[in-house]
Amino acid sequence: MQLRRSIAFLGVAGTVAFIWLAVPSLVGQQRPAAGPQFPAGYRSARAADGHPDLNGIWQAMVTANWDLEDHEAQPGPHPELNGAYGAGPAGQSIVEGGEIPYKPEALARRKANFENRLKVDVSEDKTWHALGDPELKCYLPGVPRATYMPFPFQIVQGTNPYILMAYEFTSATRIIRMDWKQNAPTDSWMGWSRGRWEGDTLVVDVTGQREETWFDRAGNYHSDALHVVERYTPASPYHMMYEATIEDPNVFTRPWKISFPLYRRMEKNLQLLEFKCVPFTEELLFGKFRKPGAR
Amino acid sequence: MRVRVLTFVGPFAVAVALALVAPAAGQAPKKYNPPKTPWGDPDLQGVWNDATSTPLQRPTNVGEKGVLSDEEAEDFQKSLAHDLTRDRRDGGNAADVNRAYNEHWMDARRLKITADKRTSLIVEPADGRIPALVTLPPERERVRASRAAAAARFAAGLPENYTDMSWPVRCVVRTDVPPYLPTIYNNNFQIFQSPGYVTIAPEMIHSARIIPVDGRPHLNKRLRQWLGDSRGRWEGSTLVVETTNFKPEEGVLFLGANPATYTITERFTRVAADAINYEFTVTDPTTWSKPWTALIPWNKVDPGEQMFEYACHEDNFDIVHFLTGARVREKNGETAAQPARNEPR
Repeated sequence: MQLRRSIAFLGVAGTVAFIWLAVPSLVGQQRPAAGPQFPAGYRSARAADGHPDLNGIWQAMVTANWDLEDHEAQPGPHPELNGAYGAGPAGQSIVEGGEIPYKPEALARRKANFENRLKVDVSEDKTWHALGDPELKCYLPGVPRATYMPFPFQIVQGTNPYILMAYEFTSATRIIRMDWKQNAPTDSWMGWSRGRWEGDTLVVDVTGQREETWFDRAGNYHSDALHVVERYTPASPYHMMYEATIEDPNVFTRPWKISFPLYRRMEKNLQLLEFKCVPFTEELLFGKFRKPGAR
Repeated sequence: MRVRVLTFVGPFAVAVALALVAPAAGQAPKKYNPPKTPWGDPDLQGVWNDATSTPLQRPTNVGEKGVLSDEEAEDFQKSLAHDLTRDRRDGGNAADVNRAYNEHWMDARRLKITADKRTSLIVEPADGRIPALVTLPPERERVRASRAAAAARFAAGLPENYTDMSWPVRCVVRTDVPPYLPTIYNNNFQIFQSPGYVTIAPEMIHSARIIPVDGRPHLNKRLRQWLGDSRGRWEGSTLVVETTNFKPEEGVLFLGANPATYTITERFTRVAADAINYEFTVTDPTTWSKPWTALIPWNKVDPGEQMFEYACHEDNFDIVHFLTGARVREKNGETAAQPARNEPR
């Protein structure tokens, strides 16, 4: 009975889907594909090791650092003081399917993270990380957040079994160890990255990340079971497609994907500068422990 | 004519002869030809460690001797190691436990003097010591005195504010500001190379100095950085790096040099498959009466021993402990605690 009803339902749904699919395909004959396309069958320039040459300074143009999912423009933390300074831009979701598949019980924590994103309390070691967006506190951002923060990063690819990724934000770095067997010795903020080439795609498997990093300012988060698999695929001399599969059975019902293009920075003599933000956070974090009256 | 040629060759020959009898300290006796990268640069890649117990400046108790005999070297190393190690039994049970706790994360390589048995890392001037200071203008004297007072408050366990602590304690910069000097732990540096760049990643603190070696100009002088702005070039198989544009904050530059007049030139020469000579010269006529040069051997680390992330600020519990401890001491009317940090740096 149950089964027959399901089949009947599928039958109706199938018919609807067929008609719905048929409409755009008829119209599509007159319309070009939506949006710009990367050149088909692009073959990247080669590095000395014969693999695609990813050397260069790259940057994401998405606004996912404010929110991985769809988000409207938003005022900054104190518009009465700062006006439009610090306001967040609108952006479309970079998550495949639009929404992150949280377990129902994990959503409350995201909400609390967002509400507490501007608070800090470091008076106790044990609750040191309980409040505040790690970015607010200038902490190493973890992966994949480092990739889509609004700062450039540089890939240094030589001939040895290491590729260095250096990020402008808080001078974060991580070493990608190619075809490496050893597991993460212990957890770290930027994680333990092991790479391999799959055709022209650099695949990086990231484990051993500290649980305290977030994905964005909206409070999207993970546990210490986070496993990220990144894919960097050259798409033109000036673009790479970036894709990350995010898996964390403590927080999400299934693995999910984000993707967006990375853009090569083309300015002449451009170099990665410093965004050493620790001094920008010290008053917020440590100001309250000052001797009364001291400067 | 013949005589004139000889006069010309004369001093040159003497220089060569001197170089042969007294090879620069730390250099391999035979000229080593380093491997090349596929794009033709000398290959410096790998993980290197610069730990040593040889002090930057020659201690007064070794007299004027720049290089020691085998026997003297053994004594020198033993006496330095005694002061540096925490694995000794002369302090009673409590001291023993404290030292043991600290010993496990310290670099054991820091207990050995350089293989060439020098008494100081400084090789020029010949006395192995940082040259005398020039007379500083009152404003710089005032800044130095204020920095020294802050350091004294911190050492007494009574910092008034986070600003009383040094940039390393505040996790802003550590051993990543050139010149690279050995310290008690995390003395690792990984060198990466790619066409047009040499990149040095010091383990502490997780920064990368990405050095263009493509002849491009320095940043505009107005754009200053904590680690400065580095440009490299190859002189034979030596990487020569000049760094300028340091930030003016007091205490960033070694011994309070003046960023407006300070220059540092570093020379990286691979002298064996497992050794780099790291030599640097600092010049700052408004701080020191003459330039000075140090030579520090870098030894290749076993490939099985990898660099690991050194996060600092993220869990800098110390800074809160120092400050809350100081507030408690003030409340109790204490004037000074046990020195908070008696480790050599």
